[in-house]
Amino acid sequence: MQGEIDWKRSKSGLAGLLGPPLFWFILFFAVPMAVVWAYSFGTNVGIADIEISGTFANYARVLEPLYLGILAKSLAFAALATLICLVVGFPVALAISFAPPGLKTWLLIGVMLPFWTNLLIRTYALIALLRDEGLINQSLSLAFGWAGFEPMQMMNTNFAVMVGLVYVHLPFTVLPLYAALDRLDRSLLEASLDLGAGHLRTIWNIVIPLAGVGIASAVLLTFIPVLGSYLQPDLLGGPDSQMIANVIERQFKRANDWPFGAALAFMLMYLTFFGIALQSLLKKKERTE
Amino acid sequence: MTQPAAKPVIIEFRNITKRFGPVVAVDNVSLAITEGEFFALLGPSGCGKTTLLRMLAGFETPTSGQILIDGKDITREPPNKRPVNMVFQNYAVFPHLSVRHNIEYGLKMEGVGADERRDRAEAALSLVQLEGYGERMPDQLSGGQRQRVALARAIVKRPRVLLLDEPLSALDAKLREELRFEMSALQDKLGITFVMVTHDQDEALALASRCAVMHKGSLMQVATPADLYEFPATRLVADFIGSVNLFEGRVLAEEADHAEIELPELGIKAWLDHGTGSSETLQIWLALRPEKVELHKRSNGEGPPTLEGTPAGYNVVKGTILDIAYLGSESVFDIRLEAPEGREPKRIRVIRPNLTRWDQEDFTWDENVWVGWHAEGAHVLLA
Repeated sequence: MQGEIDWKRSKSGLAGLLGPPLFWFILFFAVPMAVVWAYSFGTNVGIADIEISGTFANYARVLEPLYLGILAKSLAFAALATLICLVVGFPVALAISFAPPGLKTWLLIGVMLPFWTNLLIRTYALIALLRDEGLINQSLSLAFGWAGFEPMQMMNTNFAVMVGLVYVHLPFTVLPLYAALDRLDRSLLEASLDLGAGHLRTIWNIVIPLAGVGIASAVLLTFIPVLGSYLQPDLLGGPDSQMIANVIERQFKRANDWPFGAALAFMLMYLTFFGIALQSLLKKKERTE
Repeated sequence: MTQPAAKPVIIEFRNITKRFGPVVAVDNVSLAITEGEFFALLGPSGCGKTTLLRMLAGFETPTSGQILIDGKDITREPPNKRPVNMVFQNYAVFPHLSVRHNIEYGLKMEGVGADERRDRAEAALSLVQLEGYGERMPDQLSGGQRQRVALARAIVKRPRVLLLDEPLSALDAKLREELRFEMSALQDKLGITFVMVTHDQDEALALASRCAVMHKGSLMQVATPADLYEFPATRLVADFIGSVNLFEGRVLAEEADHAEIELPELGIKAWLDHGTGSSETLQIWLALRPEKVELHKRSNGEGPPTLEGTPAGYNVVKGTILDIAYLGSESVFDIRLEAPEGREPKRIRVIRPNLTRWDQEDFTWDENVWVGWHAEGAHVLLA
């Protein structure tokens, strides 16, 4: 086209567009990652010095039962939290996709609203709800005090961690689910009803299979951040609620063992990569079928 | 014309009204459909025909009124509890299920056993001429084949009534014509009552045994296709079904066996071989279908033609050919008619079938002609 720069062809245009973000990406993402990755093959020499010795000792330590146990527990926590998010989030996403257009926008804003508040503040708010003299226990005491109700301990338990994980990550489940459900052709649902299926059977036979890719994205987008969660086990959990991120944090700070912390962090990353690769493989298979 | 009384009523709409907010989509419609009919709801988009069909299927609930099937009130029954099945406009074939599983879906929901499901699906497939397509996935099918799958999926349930939402509108013209005949044959074979929604008058006239013409949520006329075409009740119906020439008129003389009508726009008088059912001096409209109008030569000073059943001087007017459209099987003429002093000249559309390969009379552009019609050719509209 005359007078317009075809920036797909013009090399200087392309460089101008891609250059700054690429520079940013390399300096603040690729380089630090590479440094930490290198640390994972290093050995501590002295208090602050690390020698990149190419050792696999750090990874060998990751495979010790203590850490494998914590990793397994983290995976279990993440799986359970994702499952709960899915069970709670699916009806929410379905309801939003069927809401009248005006209401839909407000409901979506409602789902995203927590993102506008700091995670730490939201987690402290949960403490205010869950602690022994918290809102829940006090309300229950007021209501059932006559029946001898005693405040339950909810704080510093795995239960509190799970509440926190689900609460924080629910939007990550609802939004991709909503995107998938909203695209569904309504006449397919009507056809299913018309052919004699009730609402539940229509959801099971038609909605879930057709929203499969969306459900997989929702699972992945929820599972990965939950697996790396640090704040909820730290603030809400008890001594046995630690997840892998808490261990990593301790290596970098209190234990001052950066190489081991790096190895733990990268172990988590390898797992995540493996998960993403598995999903895209499934997606590809679905597309070719 | 009335339907033969022997067949019982299967569907009854009683004073059905449907409002969407302030919009009245269906306005106090009452309608009875008898068993075995191929019934068409015909009208422009937004006339309420689809809403009426969706209320029959159970996807919408009427604001007021009742719907009965076999005498049973089903107004508030959910769609999966009704003895009706629907063929959707976009077919709505489940994309993740094979053709066979699509067809077996409804039977599975009924709890029909695997063997019977298979047999019935096979029979339905052969009924729509898709034998051997059972294992295909929907994205491996053409539009016409998907339409047949949707049809098979609905009829395999052996519904009391089959609903069709614009069944042929998404197909190309050739395929449409082919499927039209197939659908008629299918309905004869199955004996199921069909209710179809369409905006395509050709489709309605070709398929339906009876049509309801809808406009702005109301029924304008319910009649057989031939009656709709030849005896439309109003100008609106006459105009919607086929094309029509309309002239304002006034009844001069009204007898049982004939009527005389003044056409002030043309400055002539019309003769009808039947009474109009209207009183004298009332404003009426004379409707003339294009193919019921004749052209006669006038360019060489020929006198007015004699028209069947018509006294001399009636039903004939001078005109000039403005345009000719040759359509192969027929030719369409646009003719300007002579008007009395001080009146805008009216135009008339005339269709002449091309019965021979060369038009012996060889009408041409700007030629002066006589335009006339038989005593039985015109139809009087009161509204």
